[in-house]
Amino acid sequence: MSSAVKAVLTRPLVTENPITLQILGICSSLAVTTSLNVAIVMCVALTVVTGFSNFFISLVRNYMPSSIRIIIQMAIISALVIAVDQLLQAFAYEISKQLSVFVGLIITNCIVMGRAEAFAMKNPPVISFMDGIGNGLGYSMVLLILASIRELFGSGSLFGMEILPLVANGGWYQPNGLMLLAPSAFFIIGFLIWIVRTKRVEQVEKTEFRLAPHTVQEVAH
Amino acid sequence: MAFNKDSVSGTIKVALVVCVVCSIFISSAAVILKPFQVDNKILDRNMNILIAAGMFDPALNNKAEVNDLFAEFTPRIVDLDSGAFMTDEQLTQLGIDLQSYDDRAAQSDPAFSDVLAEEDDVADIKRRVRYATVYLVEAADGTLQTIVLPVSGYGLWGTMYGYLALEGDGNTVTGIGFYDQKETPGLGGEITNPRWKALWPGKQIYDASGAVALRTVKGNGSGVHEVDGLSGASLTTRGVGNLIAFWMGPKGFGPFLTNMTKG
Repeated sequence: MSSAVKAVLTRPLVTENPITLQILGICSSLAVTTSLNVAIVMCVALTVVTGFSNFFISLVRNYMPSSIRIIIQMAIISALVIAVDQLLQAFAYEISKQLSVFVGLIITNCIVMGRAEAFAMKNPPVISFMDGIGNGLGYSMVLLILASIRELFGSGSLFGMEILPLVANGGWYQPNGLMLLAPSAFFIIGFLIWIVRTKRVEQVEKTEFRLAPHTVQEVAH
Repeated sequence: MAFNKDSVSGTIKVALVVCVVCSIFISSAAVILKPFQVDNKILDRNMNILIAAGMFDPALNNKAEVNDLFAEFTPRIVDLDSGAFMTDEQLTQLGIDLQSYDDRAAQSDPAFSDVLAEEDDVADIKRRVRYATVYLVEAADGTLQTIVLPVSGYGLWGTMYGYLALEGDGNTVTGIGFYDQKETPGLGGEITNPRWKALWPGKQIYDASGAVALRTVKGNGSGVHEVDGLSGASLTTRGVGNLIAFWMGPKGFGPFLTNMTKG
């Protein structure tokens, strides 16, 4: 594998992770991470869509009129997302019912759009495809971490298999209901970002605005 | 003439080509995958009938058992107005085939359904089928064990379709299940949550006078005629209550249940 391909595949994992560095795609990562099964399907769906949308957009990038650029990108992305949704309904009906609207919402997932604009519009198809897959994997990694933590502590199970025996089933573990609600994903993403930026200080953003010191000495009251 | 992508005609041409290619792609995906999706829907519907009847537990049973278990049901078609079973002759006359008759398709077919008067339409379904498919389970001695009835009603975002299973007395609830609904995931969508559905078995539809008494309530439902509403989903819960009121009432399966329990 050439080093360029390797770079676009691996950089989005930690160095340029779409969720922890660019803070994109948060909405769906809150919604579909209560169980690992659902999260995995969502990850695969998003990775496939990002890869192929990058590929096709890059393929037609030289023919895209700049005035309707975004609309054409959206049309391509939507077509792919609808196809993925149809495939899920045909071959993974149960999970497609659980994912409900969130597969459709991949259309508006900032990562897909972001990679189309930032990478596919400027690079040839194959490397764009790899970039899409890489970013999908970066997204997937965070989703799987979130889903493991949330499912383990929220339902005492992983992949639906009981790990911590629940009080309700005669065990000892009282599940943490907060883990099944969206805010818990926010907290975990927050902690992840904190950990990543402690290790990689260069990711810490510069303070955009700092209060200047008073120019007039305050009079004592 | 060189192709100028940024000219007005260039822009229109590119837009047209993209639209045509995308639409062909989507339509072929939809057409090719349709048979699989239909199979899934039927399997899912049969599974929901089984779950409503308490004969299938997704945690214990395997999906492969659905077809075998479903074979225990005897599907019959009921004339809702008279509340009597349709005889084979009547069905042939109307051109209804028991196996392929689709209640939901019939609902939008003027030959098989009627517009409901506004005051009758408590479940807000606009049209009601004349003939509905019910599923019966008989015990070994021939007594009626379970009656599964198709029910539908408007929730918050769309019509909710499901099944209500009753015991042979036509009054005690065995279970309820929705197989198609568009309620808000996490709020109204909780009508498919097993924990909420577990509140239903044992409730009674009719009071001593024979009027529909089962309803959904806010706060703590108590007694055999009240079911706890879902918090955060008042309109969905009200929709479920309306659906019970309609389908168990005189315009729904009321006459049928009276006939069944009389004899």
